[in-house]
Amino acid sequence: MALKLHGPAMSTSTSLVITCLHEKEVDFELVPVDLFAGEHKQPHFLAKNPFGQVPVLEDGDLTLFESRAISTYVAEKFKETGYDLTRQQNLQEAALVKVWMEVESQQFCPAIAPIVYQFYVDPLKGVSPDQAMIDVNLEKLGKVLDIYEARLSSTKYLAGDFYSLADLHHIPYTHYLMKTPAASVINERPHVKAWWEDISSRPASKKTAEGMTFGEK
Amino acid sequence: MSTSTSLVIICLHEKEVDFELVPVDLFAGEQKQPHFLAKNPFGQVPVLEDGDLTLFESRAISAYIAEKFKETGYDLLRHQNLQEAALVKVWMEVESQQFHPAIAPIVYQFYVVPLKGVSPDQAIIDDNLEKLGKVLDIYEARLSSTKYLAGDFYSLADLHHLPYTCYLMKTTAASVINERPHVKAWWEDISSRPVSKKAAEGMTFGEKCTLKIKALLL
Repeated sequence: MALKLHGPAMSTSTSLVITCLHEKEVDFELVPVDLFAGEHKQPHFLAKNPFGQVPVLEDGDLTLFESRAISTYVAEKFKETGYDLTRQQNLQEAALVKVWMEVESQQFCPAIAPIVYQFYVDPLKGVSPDQAMIDVNLEKLGKVLDIYEARLSSTKYLAGDFYSLADLHHIPYTHYLMKTPAASVINERPHVKAWWEDISSRPASKKTAEGMTFGEK
Repeated sequence: MSTSTSLVIICLHEKEVDFELVPVDLFAGEQKQPHFLAKNPFGQVPVLEDGDLTLFESRAISAYIAEKFKETGYDLLRHQNLQEAALVKVWMEVESQQFHPAIAPIVYQFYVVPLKGVSPDQAIIDDNLEKLGKVLDIYEARLSSTKYLAGDFYSLADLHHLPYTCYLMKTTAASVINERPHVKAWWEDISSRPVSKKAAEGMTFGEKCTLKIKALLL
């Protein structure tokens, strides 16, 4: 039975799982969820994820939510196919993948998410982006990326000289950031910029990006 | 006494793994000194050194320990069962993405702000208590059908909730836990595990101003 992924292709969290599924060469059915219509707060969806957020993965009678938990599950269940995203065969490498996945979760995401929100979501409500909020978070993000710049001066990717789920987790939000003036925070840092160009040009990343059309049209 | 360090200590005890605890003086800003930044460029505790492997981020460290030492102590990750292991991951992310952002500011207001001679900001506390309450309503429903978060088995997902909740329960905000019978029963269960009680003895933030903080593990 094929996996079912519930969520809109343009959502950052759903794209994260889609990118992972493509890297693992796993078939799945994408079931759209209409966030604008509030579908994620309807009882039938809350029965799958009581926190009312996308995505949700259904694998047989197993229902999972939280995109980072889903991607890790997919990477581990399908460890024999596609690209090796979690380095399970090497305890040390696997540990560093975990570290940098947590860095994305605890350091990077809290700084980048408000910026992307201001540029993309506020305008939908007829509100201008709050420049003060953008600036405050750009400063925080800059400090995090200074550390990334130093790290990527000694390793090709975040967890080591190998692409991993830790790098992949950065793609969706950064994809949207790069279409805004805030892209400079990436472009000003040569190693970060090179890393971004590398990870975003992987076939799985490019394929997922086609569906990431928030704000267009 | 730091929440993030306690999290790793509890995990080490559950796995029955020996370790050396090396104090880090946060009040003196030791975590921002070059020798510490060389270990964790983000300047935060804890850091785990295992031979020539240096790890940071408490949730990454705990998951590493639970996996490396999967053959000893308590089975925190359910690695033999793909479905159970997946649910442990889900609820670890829930702690990280839903629970933690609501509880951390409350604990900060009650414990850290007074150290600077400032009164806790009640508006921040109330705002986050409301958020935390909504998260705990979902926990209440979940814990009405399973004994623990990932299923009918204690796991790393439950453990990750211990440090912050331990501190919350010593404040007036404890009501947010006590008002929800299944959450309360779950809390009483997980906090009364021998390992949890042992770790709680070290979680003395706020009790005596002269105490230094710690947590660098070797």
